Amino acid sequence: MSIDIILLFCLVLAAIWTVMTVRLIHSIIGLALTSVLLSALMYRLASPLAAVFELSVCAGLISVIFLVTVSFTQRVSKEEMPARRKERFVRFWGLLFIVAVAGLLLILFFKAPQFQLPPPAGEQNVRDVLWNLRHLDMLGQVIVLLAGALGVAVFFKEHKK
Amino acid sequence: MPSLFVLTPFLLLVVVNLPFKFLRKQIALWPAVGGMLVAQVVFSTFYPLNIGRGIADPFEQFFMFGLSLDSLSSIMLLIIGIVAFVSVLVASSMISEERQVFHFLNLILISVIGMNTTVLISDIFSLYVFVEITALAVFVLIAMEKGKFAIEGTFKYLILSAVASVFMLTAIAFFLMAVGSTSFAAIKDAFASNSSDAFLLKLGTGLFLCGLLIKCGVVPFHGWVPDAYSAAPASVSVLLAGVVTKVSGVYVLLRLFGTVFILNAALQNTLLLVGIISICFAAFASLTQTDFKRMLAYSSISQVGYIVLALGAATPLAFVGAVFHFFNHAIFKSLLFVNAASLEKRLGTTDMDKIGGMGSKMKVTSATSLIGLLSTAGIPPLSGFWSKLIIIIALFSAGRPVYAVIALLASALTLAYFLSLERKVFFGKVVASPAAETKASFGITFSEVLLAAITVAAGLGFAFILNTWLLPLKEIVH
Repeated sequence: MSIDIILLFCLVLAAIWTVMTVRLIHSIIGLALTSVLLSALMYRLASPLAAVFELSVCAGLISVIFLVTVSFTQRVSKEEMPARRKERFVRFWGLLFIVAVAGLLLILFFKAPQFQLPPPAGEQNVRDVLWNLRHLDMLGQVIVLLAGALGVAVFFKEHKK
Repeated sequence: MPSLFVLTPFLLLVVVNLPFKFLRKQIALWPAVGGMLVAQVVFSTFYPLNIGRGIADPFEQFFMFGLSLDSLSSIMLLIIGIVAFVSVLVASSMISEERQVFHFLNLILISVIGMNTTVLISDIFSLYVFVEITALAVFVLIAMEKGKFAIEGTFKYLILSAVASVFMLTAIAFFLMAVGSTSFAAIKDAFASNSSDAFLLKLGTGLFLCGLLIKCGVVPFHGWVPDAYSAAPASVSVLLAGVVTKVSGVYVLLRLFGTVFILNAALQNTLLLVGIISICFAAFASLTQTDFKRMLAYSSISQVGYIVLALGAATPLAFVGAVFHFFNHAIFKSLLFVNAASLEKRLGTTDMDKIGGMGSKMKVTSATSLIGLLSTAGIPPLSGFWSKLIIIIALFSAGRPVYAVIALLASALTLAYFLSLERKVFFGKVVASPAAETKASFGITFSEVLLAAITVAAGLGFAFILNTWLLPLKEIVH
């Protein structure tokens, strides 16, 4: 249990770093790290299949797509960097306040509902899930990748010219 | 048969992306996409008349998509076909650069795949996947011209969509935990059996509702709608306002909350309240707008409010009214956005302070916009009148007279802001002189006439539509 909590805490930290950091490359690393930690959590929660997908698709494939996209953008100049950094922190101060207030309200007023979670379903055969049960979702995944590639082409391809 | 609606646009998508230059020529692309959409319109028009139901599905043996076509899906396929076809027609008049044409058609094909699958699916997780696919294609379409406002509109839509996704995914996880499956049938059974996991089901329903209300763009989740609708290119505004938000938000709401989930009193009251607040707030907000497209966007929020309100009444008659208003709204709102495209093409602006006296110069746009505006306001015998009438009768018979009266009064408000728009743009003093291009393009004029004709025909042929398309809907409602 304690390892899960530590992993969850690290995951939140990695996610916060992903959105707080100024450099896009650092954001990609942060996102990949978040995915890796999420994969570890999924593995710990007896879902190795989901963990493998998270690791390969989110930490791997998605990071590569982001890297390609970032390669089409221009680097922020050193003169602009301090201002950007300051602006980023100013923008997220409100978030800290919201988290603190929400946490306080939860501690004071939230009562855990009385219900029992059903037992986790057994792992199904991967081949069965992919090729027999979720045909449509597989097609969906192909289309999502195509739409993502088109998005990159529309927004960033011309910048390189 | 239903899988053809997914695989045909997918195959077309693959074909246009093959590395053969002649396939990318506009002359081959426009008719191919337009023809496919016309075929969809023809099929879904005749489906309720029992014509074409026996067509064999050549892909049935290879793919197990679990799609099903019922009376609600066929109406949705008809709406998607008509609005996407009109969007393609408008784009053919407004986009000329070969590369942009290629990107536009690719993205519209992806959004059609997403929407067609969304209306045919019977699994809540796959439904989420295809709602996201539709949104993904539309994010790129809105910002395609890369203007500052377009990027801002897309960004707002993207962020709020991401929030909606979190709600919907969490809800799906709860349903999976409670039911052990994500199919509509299993979830419906779990609701009907009043199982021990009632708490998880209620939590899932509440979260899914929050996500869907964001996708619908109703008050108080409407922040992204005016920006996205007004900043998008003309052809994309038609698609977005006419069908995308309707299918990915309103249709899912109708399908799940009308035929799968069982609405308790709290949910009914929530829907009624959200509906009536959206109707009134957006109608008042429309009065203050000076941009044609922003006014239409607020009007859209208000009209979606009627659909949500009807759903809150939770009776089969109200459901029929909601679906008919969905159809009418998709058609007349697309018509009004095509009118906006026509003005934009001719004058280069949709700012109503800079436009005036266009009635004599743009006769088709002026006449068709009047039909669209009167139908939106619910003036008989146009289609909007009948759908609003059904909704108001359903509210009275469900014991909600206060909501019915407010909805009725808000219709008068709709008429007020649209008459003010009509007076300013078409009948006021001539403010701007037309830009270099003065001749309306065929694609836009044809779209205006087509949509206006459907609005009039749906009003005059209401009895036929009610018996053929709408009354079969009662069979799928709880």
